[in-house]
Amino acid sequence: MRKHHSAIALLREALSGHTGWPRAWASPLPRDRYRVIVVGAGGHGLATAYYLGRNHGITDVAVLEKGWLGGGNTGRNTTIIRSNYLQDPSAAIYEKSRELYEGLSQDLNYNVMFSPRGVMMLAQTEHEVRGYLRTERANYLQGVETRFISPAEVKKRVPIIRLDGPRYPVLGALWQARAGTARHDAVAWGYARACSAMGMHIIENCAVTGVRSEAGQVTGVETTRGPIGCDRLAIVVAGHSGRLAEMAGFRLPVESVALQALVSEPIKPCMDVVVMANTVHGYLSQSDKGEMVIGGGADGFNNYTQRGSWHHIEETVRALVETFPMLSRLKMLRQWGGIVDMTGDRSPIISPTPLGGCYINCGWGTGGFKAIPGSGWATAEMIAGDTPGPLAAPFGLDRFREGRFIDESVAAGVAH
Amino acid sequence: MLLLTCPHCGVTAEETEFAPGGQAHLRRAGPGASDEEFEAYMFLRDNPAGPHLERWRHAYGCGKWFLAARCTVTLRVLGTYPAQTAAPPDDIRRAIAGGQA
Ligand SMILES: Cc1cc2nc3c(=O)[nH]c(=O)nc-3n(C[C@H](O)[C@H](O)[C@H](O)COP(=O)(O)OP(=O)(O)OC[C@H]3O[C@@H](n4cnc5c(N)ncnc54)[C@H](O)[C@@H]3O)c2cc1C
Ligand SMILES: [Zn+2]
Repeated sequence: MRKHHSAIALLREALSGHTGWPRAWASPLPRDRYRVIVVGAGGHGLATAYYLGRNHGITDVAVLEKGWLGGGNTGRNTTIIRSNYLQDPSAAIYEKSRELYEGLSQDLNYNVMFSPRGVMMLAQTEHEVRGYLRTERANYLQGVETRFISPAEVKKRVPIIRLDGPRYPVLGALWQARAGTARHDAVAWGYARACSAMGMHIIENCAVTGVRSEAGQVTGVETTRGPIGCDRLAIVVAGHSGRLAEMAGFRLPVESVALQALVSEPIKPCMDVVVMANTVHGYLSQSDKGEMVIGGGADGFNNYTQRGSWHHIEETVRALVETFPMLSRLKMLRQWGGIVDMTGDRSPIISPTPLGGCYINCGWGTGGFKAIPGSGWATAEMIAGDTPGPLAAPFGLDRFREGRFIDESVAAGVAH
Repeated sequence: MLLLTCPHCGVTAEETEFAPGGQAHLRRAGPGASDEEFEAYMFLRDNPAGPHLERWRHAYGCGKWFLAARCTVTLRVLGTYPAQTAAPPDDIRRAIAGGQA
C-alpha cells in the first residue's frame, strides 16, 4: 500500500494527474491488546513508536490520539531547530536530535524540509553577551558548533536588522550555522507513514480516559473507543500530561500554559536565517511561502484553551518592530496558541513513573519540536530496555527530589 | 483578556494590571520534612483542566497579593479572595461548584 517516494514516482504521478498516491497511513480499528501503547500522536509519540520498531524490532505498537495526528503543539510551533543549550545532558539529546534531522527525510523516505539555514540568538544586554560567551565555551566542550559573532557580522547576515535600537542595541549574537527549521506537519506525517508501514496502528479520534493497573503494574487504558490492553504504556501528551498522570495515579512537576505564534502576509525573501531576540521576547524566521513566522514568550497562568492573552502578542510585535523596523508595515494573517508543559528547570522529563510499566515523556514546554527525533530515540530505548539509556537517564522525574536540575531557564529565557 | 477584582482595593481591571503567581495554598514543608514532602512543596503542582486556585498580585495597582479561583478550560474567573486564608472561603467553594455544574 505504501508507495516509495522518488523522482520517478513523482514524474509518473505528474503525468497521471496525481491520482495514484495512496493514503500515507492506515486507519485501522483498535485491537484488544498491544505490547506497547503510546498515548499522543504528536511528534514525540510518533517518533517513540518509530524508533521502537526501527531500533528495537518492537512493532506490536498502537499510537492513540484524541484528535487528529499532529494537531497538538507539533502542528502549532514555529519549527526552530537548534542544539546550543548550556548543560551537558541537554546538548547531548538536542544535538543527537539535530543530527537525526539532517538525515530524517532519507530515513523516513518523506521530505521533512529540514533547512539548516542557521539560527542567530541576539545579545542585547551586557548580561546576555556574557551568558552567550559562556554557552559558546560550553558548546565547544560538548562538540556543538557555535560561534559568538560581532554586530557587523549580524548586520551582514541579516540586512533588515537595526543594530542601534533605542532600548536594546545589538551587541553581538550566538550563531549556530547548522541549526534551522523543518516543516512541522511533515515531521508528524513522515513518522506516521513509516510507523504504519511497519504494521503499527495509529488510531485517531481515540481519547484515553483512564489507566488500568493491577498490583502496581499497568495493564491497559480506557478510551472513548473502549478498553485496550498493553504491557507497556508511554504517556506522550505534552500540555495534557497532568491529566494523564492523574489517571495513572501520580503528580508531576509540570504546569500547562499557552504559548502563541503568528504569521504575516507573504513578502519577498528578506531574511534567510532564524533570529531570536530573547531579552525582548521575540523571534522571527521567513517561511518558504514568504510569511514572516513570529513567536514570543509564554503566558503566565495555567490554561487549557489553546488561546493566549492578547497583550503577549502585542509585546512580541512591539519588541520585533524595534529590532526590525520594516515589519511595522506588515499585516498579520493568522495567530494561534498551543498548550505547553513547563517544568521548574525548563528541561524535559523522560522517565519511568511510580506505576510499573508506565513511562512518561513530557515537559518539553516551549522548545520540543527540535527534540522530536532524539526524544523518540531515547524514549524507545527506555521502553525497550525497561530502563532509561544514556540520553534519557539525566531527565528522570527523580531529579527534582534529588536536586539534580538541568537548569536551562537561564540559558534561553524565551520560548522557542 | 481576564477581568480580576482585587479584594484589597476593590478595583476591577484587565489582567495587564495584575501579575500571575502560580498555585495557591502551598504549605511550606517544615525543617523536619521528608524529601518527598519537600519535593511536593517545591515542584509538584496541581495542573487541573477545570477550576484552579492561584495567586495573583495587583502589580500596577495597590501592589498586594491575593488569591483567585479560575477555570483553566473556560478562563472564567470564579472569584477572588484575600491571601491570608488557608483554604478558599465558602462563597468561592460555591462558585466553583456552580461553575462546574
Ligand atoms: C506557539 C508555539 C511555538 C513553538 N515553537 C517551537 C520552536 O520554534 N521550536 C521548538 O523546538 N519547539 C517549539 N514549540 C514547542 C513544541 O511545539 C513542542 O514541545 C512539541 O511539539 C511537543 O510535541 P509532543 O509530541 O510532545 O506534543 P503534541 O504535539 O502536543 O502532541 C500531544 C498529543 O497528545 C494528544 N492527547 C492529549 N491528551 C490525550 C488523551 N487523553 N488521549 C489521547 N491523546 C491525547 C494531543 O491531542 C496531541 O496531539 C512551540 C510550541 C508552541 C505552542
Ligand atoms: Zn488592589
